[in-house]
Amino acid sequence: MSKPQHTPGDVRSKSLVDYLNDENVRAVLYQIIAIGLIILAGWYLVSNTLYNLEQQNISTGYGFLDLEASFEISESMIEYSAQSDYATALMVGLLNTVKVSVLGIVLCTIIGTIFGVARLSSNWIVRKLATVYVETFRNIPVLLQLFFWYALIPGAFPHPRDALEPLPGVLLTSRGMYMPVPVADNAYTLMGVAAIIALVAIYFIRKWAVKRQDATGQTFPMLLVGLGIFVGLVFLAYLAGGAPTEMSMPELKGFNIRGGYNISPEFMAVLIGLTVYTSTYVAEVVRSGIQAVPNGQWEAADSLGIKRSVALRKVILPQSMRVAIPPLTNQYLNLTKNSSLAVAVGYPDLVSVSNTTMNQTGQAIEAISIFMSIYLGLSLLTSLFMNWFNKKMALVER
Amino acid sequence: MSENAKLPPLPTGTFSERAVAWSKKNLFDGWFNTLLTLGALAFILWLVPPLFNWAVVNATLTPTIEGCAEVTGACWGFVNANLRLILFGTYPYEEQWRPVLAMIVLIAIICGSLGAVKYPGLRKWIIPMWVVGVPVIGVLMWGGVLGLTYVQNSYWGGLPLTLILSSIGVIFAFPLGLLLALGRQSNMPAIKTVSVVYIEVIRGVPLITVLFMASVMFPLFLPTGVTIDKLLRAQIGIILFTAAYLAEVFRGGLQAVPRGQFEAGDSLALSYWQSMRLIILPQALRLVIPPTVNSFISMFKDTTLVVIIGLFDFLGTVKLALRSDPAWTKYYVEGYAFAAAIFFLICFSMAKYSAYLEKELRKGERR
Repeated sequence: MSKPQHTPGDVRSKSLVDYLNDENVRAVLYQIIAIGLIILAGWYLVSNTLYNLEQQNISTGYGFLDLEASFEISESMIEYSAQSDYATALMVGLLNTVKVSVLGIVLCTIIGTIFGVARLSSNWIVRKLATVYVETFRNIPVLLQLFFWYALIPGAFPHPRDALEPLPGVLLTSRGMYMPVPVADNAYTLMGVAAIIALVAIYFIRKWAVKRQDATGQTFPMLLVGLGIFVGLVFLAYLAGGAPTEMSMPELKGFNIRGGYNISPEFMAVLIGLTVYTSTYVAEVVRSGIQAVPNGQWEAADSLGIKRSVALRKVILPQSMRVAIPPLTNQYLNLTKNSSLAVAVGYPDLVSVSNTTMNQTGQAIEAISIFMSIYLGLSLLTSLFMNWFNKKMALVER
Repeated sequence: MSENAKLPPLPTGTFSERAVAWSKKNLFDGWFNTLLTLGALAFILWLVPPLFNWAVVNATLTPTIEGCAEVTGACWGFVNANLRLILFGTYPYEEQWRPVLAMIVLIAIICGSLGAVKYPGLRKWIIPMWVVGVPVIGVLMWGGVLGLTYVQNSYWGGLPLTLILSSIGVIFAFPLGLLLALGRQSNMPAIKTVSVVYIEVIRGVPLITVLFMASVMFPLFLPTGVTIDKLLRAQIGIILFTAAYLAEVFRGGLQAVPRGQFEAGDSLALSYWQSMRLIILPQALRLVIPPTVNSFISMFKDTTLVVIIGLFDFLGTVKLALRSDPAWTKYYVEGYAFAAAIFFLICFSMAKYSAYLEKELRKGERR
């Protein structure tokens, strides 16, 4: 901080030049200029936009959300028809985004972990195969992969009339995959409630078991007991609900297949594309996570007489998690953001529905602001989680 | 422990003995590994011969639909017949030497810039190369001067477009990203806030939303009568997007420079910009070369997204060729495989180079 130096006898008051040479004064000045420029640019853009909108007779505001959407959406998790309003349509899109992202995250974690471990295998051929998989699919643009799967699925599978049936009740056709599902029944709601109760119970038992182990050193067979409580309670609920067995089977009626649960080709293309692409990144994260734990940690656990399986769970995994979780979260976020590419193959995700809305109403700014803020919200939530997690997991030294 | 004790024993025995020992250790070490090896071999046998038959043995290069109908394997004839369309899009046929030349210039500059890490003599040429090269590429692509006919950029397409969008994107994003990174490190609260908000907002949304914004909202931002075409809008969108990611890469580099270096600059009474230019940035940027190359790779892959807003980049022209004749449509596997192979070659070699650079740069630290 170099303040202008004055000799003790200097009685001259500070001139303007002195002030301009003061670092603190300058900092304030720079900031005022920067903010001023930004405000000026913003004002210029906003005024242009308002003028242009006025010229094109587009009214601003979110009032259009209550209007009738009058377009069909091919798949929806909630009640939706062309008579529903735009808000419902956007909700359908958001739920579809969430559906494909959640499934994609689960699948890419499983596949990525398998390939990440395989890349460290002592088996030469397995190691090389995993490397080929990872290097191939991470170096091909994900959009190209989506197009490929989307072209492949309707092309490779037969017309519904002569559907493939790899498993009884499961049909593969050019219109996607059909699966039998249980017919809705109160028993399933009851089972859901039982599952939640079981999880809460397990949480408390685990807390008690950890406390007891800390105090007395006695271990508790948590895995067995937990599994028992969960399966037992859910099964009891199923029996209490009257043990329904009715299934909705997919069947060919006329030209199309009715009944069962349909997984559309668009959904399959997006899911497979995103999963394969992201799993290569997850594999790298898993690999570096495992490699980050020094061998000495295994040896330390061995020399303390800790069982190999316990050492993995209590010594190695917590340490590799610390390295792996932040980049893993990043990959999950990337997958969620990449799911917006669904618009290119016609899967009705948030961006795709917003795009249709935008084209129909001309409310470009509003539609874009809606999906941008939703993605932004998701990212902020993830960052918050990561910060919390990093704090929890950070090495506590001295 | 002496140095020698660490070395493994030298391999002995004949070649076949060593091969047996190697496979025992690497392939048949215990029942589980044996099982894995057999499974992997079965998988390779199941996958590779049919793939090879399809792609090579039963394939054809005859560039006609009739020729393709005769074979059971791949119809590379589709790629052969539409090669110019796939590579250059709708750029006028007689003028296609210009995008070829532009691509060569561009690739030469990129290689020159990347090579500068290895050959320091090239370093002082990086900025002049780009300053001269970018206008040359512009002249070649647009024409209109020096006797070249003018080609509107709505006719641009294919591989040149992909290369131009991604490399110009990174080049223009570079200074912007650097400013944002410095802004984020700054101790002026207003500047810091602006940088952080920009970086986090852009990184929080998918590229496609930025492209939508560029293609739909930019025209609204401009005064009436002023229009910018679709390509330029996409390019601006890509630059704004890349800048946020590069800013985070640079921040990593800035944070890795030890505090003492900043203090050294202060104690020499260097101004902020002097100490940045002379002390901090040379060290920080050297550290971030590999991640910058990685950003370039992901930018190169992400450029394909411009298909969605209606530009014909390399992936777009493949789709265009597939649609050019309904008879070709069923050869999408060949079309996409060709595009995938080109993308793979470019991305894979850059990724390998980046990994190599990382190793090279670490040499100095090992000593």
